[in-house]
Amino acid sequence: MNSDTALPARKPTDWNTDAMQQRIRRRYASERRFKLLGLTAVGVSAAFLAFLLISMLANGLRGFTQTDIKLPVDFRTAPILIDPATLKGPNVDQVLAGAGIQQVTQHAAVAAFGPDGGTMVSDGAWLVVREAIKNDPSILQQRVDISVPASTAIDLAAKGHASSGAEAAYAKLKAANVVSTSFNSGFLVESDATDPTLVGIWGALKGSLLTMLVTLALAFPIGVLSALYLEEYAPRNRWTDLIEVSINNLAAVPSIIFGLLGLAVFLNTFHLPRSAALVGGLTLALMTMPVIVIAGRNAIKSVPPSIRDAALGVGASPVQVVFHHVLPLALPGILTGTIIGMARALGETAPLLMIGMRAFIATPPDSLTAPATVLPVQIFLWSDEVSRGFIEKTSAAIIVLLVFLLTMNGLAIYLRNRFEQRW
Amino acid sequence: MANGGEHTIKAFDDEIVELRGLISEMGGRAEAAVLGAMQALIRQDQTAASRIVAEDRKIDELEAAIERLVVQIIALRAPMADDLREVVAALKIAAVIERIGDYAKNIAKRIPSIGSGRHKIEAVSMLPAMGQLATEMVRDALDAFAARDWEEAIEVCDRDRAVDDFYNSVFRTLVTFMMENPATIGQAAHLLFVAKNLERIGDHATNVAEMVYYAAKGKHMAERERGDDFAASTE
Amino acid sequence: MTDNSLNEIAAHQHAEPSAPKMTARNVNVFYGAKQAISNVSIDVDMDNVTAFIGPSGCGKSTFLRTLNRMNDTISGARVEGTIELDGENIYAPSMDVVQLRARVGMVFQKPNPFPKSIFENVAYGPRIHGLAANKADMDAIVEKSLRRAGLWDEVKDRLSDSGTALSGGQQQRLCIARAIAVDPEVILMDEPCSALDPIATAKIEELIHELRGRYAIVIVTHNMQQAARVSQRTAFFHLGNLIEYGVTSEIFTNPREVRTKDYITGRYG
Repeated sequence: MNSDTALPARKPTDWNTDAMQQRIRRRYASERRFKLLGLTAVGVSAAFLAFLLISMLANGLRGFTQTDIKLPVDFRTAPILIDPATLKGPNVDQVLAGAGIQQVTQHAAVAAFGPDGGTMVSDGAWLVVREAIKNDPSILQQRVDISVPASTAIDLAAKGHASSGAEAAYAKLKAANVVSTSFNSGFLVESDATDPTLVGIWGALKGSLLTMLVTLALAFPIGVLSALYLEEYAPRNRWTDLIEVSINNLAAVPSIIFGLLGLAVFLNTFHLPRSAALVGGLTLALMTMPVIVIAGRNAIKSVPPSIRDAALGVGASPVQVVFHHVLPLALPGILTGTIIGMARALGETAPLLMIGMRAFIATPPDSLTAPATVLPVQIFLWSDEVSRGFIEKTSAAIIVLLVFLLTMNGLAIYLRNRFEQRW
Repeated sequence: MANGGEHTIKAFDDEIVELRGLISEMGGRAEAAVLGAMQALIRQDQTAASRIVAEDRKIDELEAAIERLVVQIIALRAPMADDLREVVAALKIAAVIERIGDYAKNIAKRIPSIGSGRHKIEAVSMLPAMGQLATEMVRDALDAFAARDWEEAIEVCDRDRAVDDFYNSVFRTLVTFMMENPATIGQAAHLLFVAKNLERIGDHATNVAEMVYYAAKGKHMAERERGDDFAASTE
Repeated sequence: MTDNSLNEIAAHQHAEPSAPKMTARNVNVFYGAKQAISNVSIDVDMDNVTAFIGPSGCGKSTFLRTLNRMNDTISGARVEGTIELDGENIYAPSMDVVQLRARVGMVFQKPNPFPKSIFENVAYGPRIHGLAANKADMDAIVEKSLRRAGLWDEVKDRLSDSGTALSGGQQQRLCIARAIAVDPEVILMDEPCSALDPIATAKIEELIHELRGRYAIVIVTHNMQQAARVSQRTAFFHLGNLIEYGVTSEIFTNPREVRTKDYITGRYG
């Protein structure tokens, strides 16, 4: 048996001395300090976020509303050059185009509100009148009240930012009880315009959608397949080390350099159409791919080797091991990387400016090669505009961008959770 | 020969050492009992005889202790190969030594019945020598166990022939004596039993030697013939 | 004891083997410059379970993995010598590795069911090898494999539950069922019970006993008592060499080599 004299007798620790108690108290104090520090950091971040959201919402929500003026139009006395019978024919738009509706609108405005009535209605008011005629040709024989959008000055006055001249005009209109505020649905379906009351975000939104589609279609397969090859098949030698270092560096390259690359390669060498969603997508794909490769490699590395061994042991070929076992398990990580990459791509402005997606696009793009612009660029362009009416539109566009981003992220997170739940 | 190296678990070695110690002690007591019984027989010492009978209890207790220890070692240590053979051999040897102790007790019990008849001196005087031979066999067999010496074990087995010859000679002498002196048949019969007990002790010593051989080598000793061939002794 | 009961005891014992299923001759395995296995020659037959025992790092797992070419997945691993399955050299260029691994199955130390349903776990192998003609066939294969692995009664009502939701012992039996499902000829087990509790271990040992004869089984184990219980032939490895190979009851009661004896009596190291 072991003899007790082999080891010295143990002196039990005295936990109750003052020194010990003080040490313990200090440790708890540092715990509390650390927690407080963490909470403060979180609080500061939350405060910044709240500030951003609140200021955006405050500025932007107004962009979703428009001021309308009830304009009485008497078609019986209006200088309109149109034959009602032709409106039932096939070439309605052509007929309406030559009908001089702009003058009719101006005439009615002046008649209703005085000599400067023309400046009170929006430049696009005649479009609303045209739509009204199209919908109900019978009004050509009547006097009707049509609700047309107000001009920017009146709109701003209604929202409390009146310039001196508009103040009086607005007061007059208000007294006559012809102003109303409504939801600016046009903002979501129209494209860029010179008049702030007429601008819409749809053109840029569609451009962003198309660009993101191209980016995803290129970056995701190439990125995932590259990650799979590099992790599963590539031998470990100097060349693969070099490739790994290069990809890591690519992910950190400033985005404007990708713009230069796009300019040099896609526009000047391949002569692809300038300002097209295709080119924008290609450029952003170049930028997003390294992120997906890195995230993909990490996700694949984290698949336990026991699963691979088990699949190999049953007689699966290497390709079957990868696609039946490794990829499904790595997919949540890959999707996370994709979300991060795509979110970054959505918000990129500099490279797209370099390849020319800064033009004034008045109609939404109808194909991948049609000229387009994207939401961040549109925001940038609007923020450059002189007219005060664009301020609220810029903020409103930022809100739309944020909503788009959240939707995209939400979709990806939903997909990721669905894959994770299956196990 | 001796085992190579110690077990990684020291307690296992301690238990094996304890087991050997118990076997050794038990064997020593049994030898002393046999020799003491023979002494008491010659000197007709009743007190010594009753002491030998009483002390047989200690031999039985040792056998029980050895059995407990063997069961514990098998359960806790899961001995393999030569450890296993040694432990199983120890268990069987303990039983055999307990039988030897019982024979010694049996001899001691018969001493009063043999009495002080002077005519049997001749036959009686052969018995201590026989007892000496038998106890030497037992001692050497136990020494072979302690040393795992299988060569010594073979040698012990060979000596059994001498004990058997001794027994045959005593048997013939006593039978002749009984035929000539019918009045002494009772005492002579007891002496016959004493001689038989000594012969059995020699056989048991060879059993121990065979177990030692198996524990050391892992094979059984070649079958050897026994020496009590009655057909030859009675014409 | 009657002759019958003596014969029954003999049935648990070593059976005289027919032609060996797998033979290894002069096998050397290198990891880069380091030699892990030196000149090992051994036979594996259908009728006896073979156990590989030895201290840590002696190469028994490495040698086991050469039998189904799992060392191919380790870069820098090199195998010399001949290993034959039914007379065919498994390292010949003409040998299809994927097919080899279906004929020589493997069960690993830590139970590793796929993160799929129990049914899918067992059905995966037959599916990729095309062993089932239709759904009914596949159902039959899955049921047969689970029955053979002793798991059917416990899971027959929940085949669509995840394989990872089972207990450790059940998971390992599921892995055995998965290996059986491709109808192998040899099953290699690399310390299959070392992560399991004693009851689960006993169930697996009983399962190995039932599988004996239908599959040639090789089991690597750290636990000598397990090797003694489960196998009929035992091979003792030490520092990459095969020290002794023989009938299990002989090895554990009267080994020939001193190193074997020192290891099994606990005097090693």
